[in-house]
Amino acid sequence: MHKDQPLIFELSKPGRIGYSLPALDVPAIDVAQVIPTDYIRTEAPELPEVSELDIMRHYTALSKRNHGVDSGFYPLGSCTMKYNPKINENVARFAGFAHIHPLQPEETVQGALELMYDLQEHLKEITGMDAVTLQPAAGAHGEWTGLMMIRAYHEANGDYNRTKVIVPDTAHGTNPASATVAGFETVTVKSTEEGLVDLDDLRRVVGSDTAALMLTNPNTLGLFEENILEMAEIVHAAGGKLYYDGANLNAVLSKARPGDMGFDVVHLNLHKTFTGPHGGGGPGSGPVGVKADLIPFLPKPTVEKGENGYYFDYDRPQAIGRVKPFYGNFGINVRAYTYIRSMGPDGLKAVTEYAVLNANYMMRRLAEYYDLPYNRHCKHEFVLSGKRQKKLGVRTLDIAKRLLDFGYHPPTIYFPLIVEECMMIEPTETESKETLDAFIDAMIQIAKEAEETPEIVQEAPHTTVVRRLDETTAARKPILRYQK
Amino acid sequence: MLHRYLPMTEEDKQQMLQTIGVQSIDELFSDIPESVRFRGEYNMKPAKSEPELMKELMALAAKNADTKTYCSFLGAGVYDHYIPTIVDHVISRSEFYTAYTPYQPEISQGELQAIFEFQTMICELTGMDVANSSMYDGGTALAEAALLSAAHTKKKKVLLSNAVHPEYRDVVKTYAKGPGLEVVEIPHKNGVTDVDALQKEMDEDVACVIVQYPNFFGQIEPLKDLEPIAHAHQGMFVVASNPLALGVLTPPGQFGADIVVGDAQPFGIPAQFGGPHCGYFAVKSALMRKIPGRLVGQTTDEEGRRGFVLTLQAREQHIRRDKATSNICSNQALNALAASVAMTALGKNGVKEMATMNIQKAHYAKEAFVNHGFDVVFPGPFFNEFVVRMNKPAAEVNKKLLEKGIIGGYDLGREYPELQNCMLIAVTELRTKEEIDTLVKELGDCHA
Repeated sequence: MHKDQPLIFELSKPGRIGYSLPALDVPAIDVAQVIPTDYIRTEAPELPEVSELDIMRHYTALSKRNHGVDSGFYPLGSCTMKYNPKINENVARFAGFAHIHPLQPEETVQGALELMYDLQEHLKEITGMDAVTLQPAAGAHGEWTGLMMIRAYHEANGDYNRTKVIVPDTAHGTNPASATVAGFETVTVKSTEEGLVDLDDLRRVVGSDTAALMLTNPNTLGLFEENILEMAEIVHAAGGKLYYDGANLNAVLSKARPGDMGFDVVHLNLHKTFTGPHGGGGPGSGPVGVKADLIPFLPKPTVEKGENGYYFDYDRPQAIGRVKPFYGNFGINVRAYTYIRSMGPDGLKAVTEYAVLNANYMMRRLAEYYDLPYNRHCKHEFVLSGKRQKKLGVRTLDIAKRLLDFGYHPPTIYFPLIVEECMMIEPTETESKETLDAFIDAMIQIAKEAEETPEIVQEAPHTTVVRRLDETTAARKPILRYQK
Repeated sequence: MLHRYLPMTEEDKQQMLQTIGVQSIDELFSDIPESVRFRGEYNMKPAKSEPELMKELMALAAKNADTKTYCSFLGAGVYDHYIPTIVDHVISRSEFYTAYTPYQPEISQGELQAIFEFQTMICELTGMDVANSSMYDGGTALAEAALLSAAHTKKKKVLLSNAVHPEYRDVVKTYAKGPGLEVVEIPHKNGVTDVDALQKEMDEDVACVIVQYPNFFGQIEPLKDLEPIAHAHQGMFVVASNPLALGVLTPPGQFGADIVVGDAQPFGIPAQFGGPHCGYFAVKSALMRKIPGRLVGQTTDEEGRRGFVLTLQAREQHIRRDKATSNICSNQALNALAASVAMTALGKNGVKEMATMNIQKAHYAKEAFVNHGFDVVFPGPFFNEFVVRMNKPAAEVNKKLLEKGIIGGYDLGREYPELQNCMLIAVTELRTKEEIDTLVKELGDCHA
């Protein structure tokens, strides 16, 4: 095995340090005097012993082996990989935001509470909901929070038989997983050939055991569910609630609000539409908005505005409880707030318009070279199928890997599950026409390669720091930590 | 509209509309029925320019009393520790912070390797076999540990020490409602889990026993005595642990813990009003294929180079959907990176030295309180927190301290009726002798 890039442990040398602790200004008591022997560690943890420069070089080297939005185009469908504004990072690091303790007296954190309250107000306006909690830490956490509230709502009505949550076959995997964690069974509703929820199938699966229908709108195919009001009617008539997965909110800012579409609960991914960076997989933030009848069930505490300033309200007897220690991922909420205030109402409207313009432009230009399963205006993203290329022996996975050679992060692939050899492309509004054109050119070239020199695509990537990795062995004989 | 984040020019727009074959952008929204179309304008504050917004938000931040200006003795799960300067420099490299989850390993080796190193460090500190790539925070990690225990043992009862962080307990109880678990709280006795009470509640239906080490009061739970009880009926032994304390304390893995969780906030992560922090989740190898969240594994590429991938994904929501072991998707990757950098900077020696310094400073403070006639409530060994009884509610005392530029300890009366007027005081390596002496002096007439 070649080890091109050492692990930090492999750089370790006894006797080196990378820290600078304050001098001890109290008596240097021996730990053994105050801690029983059985509870004193006898073997030190094998952590690295390296200098500060060693550390900087190591992580700088690692960063160069990583692709972020700042490195290049990242059209990863449903992930909204837009530019992460730098002002957000500065604001989140202000001492008054970064270095405040969650249990400080309320009068010492009025600025933080004001920001949270105002962010909630903005999110209410954007979603058309009546109240918002910032407590959930990420989208999936928001989904589960919303479902727990729906469960509490039904139970408060003495309705204990609503055991099922309906999700479309195009839904993200977290939807059914969240339903399970919240104690529900998942029922799948089919999509039509047009890529929308099949109303007849919805009527068939909905019933007195329906707790909720979870929906993304636009859906994961990038298509707006035109029959949304009828769907809401079907679900509401059966006594169920309508849940909005806000993963795709970038498509409808200022164009349509979940609250006006009949949704009762909404979660947002502030790390998508509202530019909290993805951080290599987190932290995110997943606020949840609700209509008035669900307000009593919001997790506690809520942030309220009173005569003497802002405060936390813990006196909420019907609350589902806490979903997270403290009040959510405040640092991410600060970034989202900064973004919203940087854009204003006009800016947010333009965000969606350009996101949709970019997606439609790419879709139309690529439709000649790849199969377009749903030929209609898309919203912020669209799906292509690699069926044509598959016949030539080139899989969508190969196309994705070939894109790496051009310096691009590939689209989301093999999702949604209902599209064969699926590629889900979301350009976002922060990309220029030049960037879109260059990516389109690369995709066209790959389509040609698939016909003329398929092995170039099949063997890709050729230029990355590692070639394709053996994932099978990784799973069969897992090595999950370094050992000397 | 012109905006620095929106590069499209009028000319671009016209060309693109032409390619699409529509007259206007509005046409692209024709599929949204008029009945749900939002035609107004958001009723919100107008946009501000960068310098104006910076100024406004700086003023808003200044309304808060931050712990860089005030001297803080508040801990209770979130601590004011030394953060090596390089931590922020590393996590500010935008190749890390503007990346998504490393689903394309060939261009994500940096993130994947960093997480693999994080997993290793957590295993080293906790004495466990496998650690995942992070959870949201210590509280939700603990709740997931309860769920995993129940799923693995097929039992429904959770015995939860009430010396576990109150907010962690609240989160466990919320999560428990999903699968219908019964959560029974075990009282504390003298600040540690009451062994007799635990013994009494223990039976064949118990999925897990949950304790915290050091616990919410800073006390060192007798894991050695608790473990045999937890395992008496094939239940799981779950320990929530401050990873910094494990620089000095015997790791829970050595006491036979099956699952160890906690929050890596003490390593390089600022308080940030409670989040984002960084949950960790570590298990014995028997639970490897049931652990929630992402795992990074080592492998090789086609040419024999070492590389890293997300692995054992058959546990996860994007593959298993409703059969997944958890719904977690986004985690706290960037904070796991921050914690890794801090753990690396501190290293083998620094983690021990910093943990030891916490013990030394906290014990100096405790002695100072005792010498001034205060009642230090619990007699057992502790890490960097201890409980002091006052003659009035801690909230009242804290008001007075604030005037002196001090953020006082946590008011235990909020959550523990038997601890009215008691304050939980945290002393980290950053508190100086002078600050400690000032605290005791300012509280001089408050002893019970």
